[in-house]
Amino acid sequence: MFRQAVISISDLWAGYEADTVLEDVNFDMYQDDYVGLIGPNGGGKTTLIRVILGLLQPDRGKITVMGASPKEGRRHVGYVPQFQVEDKHFPISVWDVVAMGRLKPGLFSNTFLSPHDKEAIEKALEQTNMLDLRKRTMNELSGGQRQRVYISRALATEPKILLLDEPTSSVDSQSSTQLYELLAELNERIAILLISHDLTAISTYVKTIGCVNRQLFYHHSKEITEDMLHSAYECPIDLIAHGLPHRVLPSHQHGEEHDRTN
Amino acid sequence: MIEQIRTIFSYGFMQNALLASLWISLAIGIIGTLVVLNRIVSLSGGIAHAAYGGVGLAYYFGQDPMLGALLFSSLSALVMGVAHRKSKTGADTLIGVMWSIGMAVGIIFIAMTPGYKANLMSYLFGSILAVSASDLKLMAVVSLLVLAFVVLSYRNLLAISYDETFSTVRNAHVNLIYLTMLVLIGLTVVVSMRMVGLILVIALLTIPAAIARIFLKDMRGIMALSTFLSALFCFLGLVISYQTNLQTGPVIILLASGVYLLSALVKKVQAVRNK
Ligand SMILES: Nc1ncnc2c1ncn2[C@@H]1O[C@H](COP(=O)(O)OP(=O)(O)O)[C@@H](O)[C@H]1O
Ligand SMILES: [Mg+2]
Repeated sequence: MFRQAVISISDLWAGYEADTVLEDVNFDMYQDDYVGLIGPNGGGKTTLIRVILGLLQPDRGKITVMGASPKEGRRHVGYVPQFQVEDKHFPISVWDVVAMGRLKPGLFSNTFLSPHDKEAIEKALEQTNMLDLRKRTMNELSGGQRQRVYISRALATEPKILLLDEPTSSVDSQSSTQLYELLAELNERIAILLISHDLTAISTYVKTIGCVNRQLFYHHSKEITEDMLHSAYECPIDLIAHGLPHRVLPSHQHGEEHDRTN
Repeated sequence: MIEQIRTIFSYGFMQNALLASLWISLAIGIIGTLVVLNRIVSLSGGIAHAAYGGVGLAYYFGQDPMLGALLFSSLSALVMGVAHRKSKTGADTLIGVMWSIGMAVGIIFIAMTPGYKANLMSYLFGSILAVSASDLKLMAVVSLLVLAFVVLSYRNLLAISYDETFSTVRNAHVNLIYLTMLVLIGLTVVVSMRMVGLILVIALLTIPAAIARIFLKDMRGIMALSTFLSALFCFLGLVISYQTNLQTGPVIILLASGVYLLSALVKKVQAVRNK
């Protein structure tokens, strides 16, 4: 049966001014996918997310999100940004942050929250166990709690795709286990693209793995293949150094013709 | 004491000044909070000084200087705003340049205009005597515009102030909201200029919000408290300056700065104690 990709990228080149950061990226993601992306710092993972969200115009190539342009399709995307220290002290409550997930276009279309908006916000807060803390200010939260608020905000958009950029970088291991279990549950309905340095978690929870280092090495499988080893040299070195569990490494030299797990 | 205050405000010009304080405090509390939270104090300074170019030009061509100031502040707000949207660091230089050009144009055109010009000093240093009935009307209009905007667009403003990228991903009208906010900053600066003068207006815009921010953790609350504080400083400033024969603008700003320093100190002591 023909399956419509939720994100489809072909022959994509992108970067900042003269700097090419991503070259020749091809990537298809489907509704039931749970993709983990790894790669060295500065490899272009966040840049790829920015392109998918229509925040960065690609230099070349074609990209669709939910079959539309990124600027159109991004309303179906729940986005959890990489943690930023600078807005830590902004005076805003948990509820108001999650309510951002209900923002609509228009100068005066966000004056009131509809009953449905409120339901979506409450549900999103419940899913991350943050409903009791909804009146807290963001700077009164721990790193893990703050991250859960950002995930709630993404869920409040009622997304079809969830993009998470290093969501566990400032979180203790217990909270990140909870987070990964929640993501696994959400994946029953939502496609997930997860960037993470947490290799153990990636290898335990995601369905397929890719590696970003200027290029994207992805074969819709859970194995680190030989071409990843060669071309994204830094990437597997990193992996091996972290003691990656066996089952992620290929059993044969050419493991990419692996059957799809879903 | 109360009797004295009653006497002071029995004069028509003092009543005007008080009314003006109350009106501009509404705009200042709201807009000042947005300026502080969005960290665009220098951009607001640029808008204020560019407005002086409008004062000079309007004066030279025999028009109402307020009209010139409103036009220049709005235009410069748009230009600097667009630059600021493109690149925050690149805009810094442009802001500095427009800041100076505004002042230079203002000074030159005022110098080229023949006649008595003492009145024009009031744009630089403010003057409670300068507040006319039409100024009052303008202040009321601007303040009500600001109030309406923030009431109708509060969630938009909060969202783009806190996380512009996420707001963009939600397809919120980030640019439109941002530029509207900047134009309203320009209008607020111009009407407040009548009271405290161009040179001190940025202080009045930012200090009440900075104080309120020390104590409150909610943008709405900060706006309300800044409005109250601004009105309080203006009121006390009027009374003190009347009694001491000192200029109102500087008295207001010194009061506000004093309270700010005190608040920051109190907060520090509290923080140390809690440790
Ligand atoms: N706004 C930007 N302007 C210019 N260069 C950038 C910008 N953001 C990222 N880069 C550069 O692009 C490269 C990839 O960055 P990024 O996508 O953030 O990597 P990752 O998320 O994998 O760590 C880096 O070399 C970085 O310096
Ligand atoms: Mg990154």
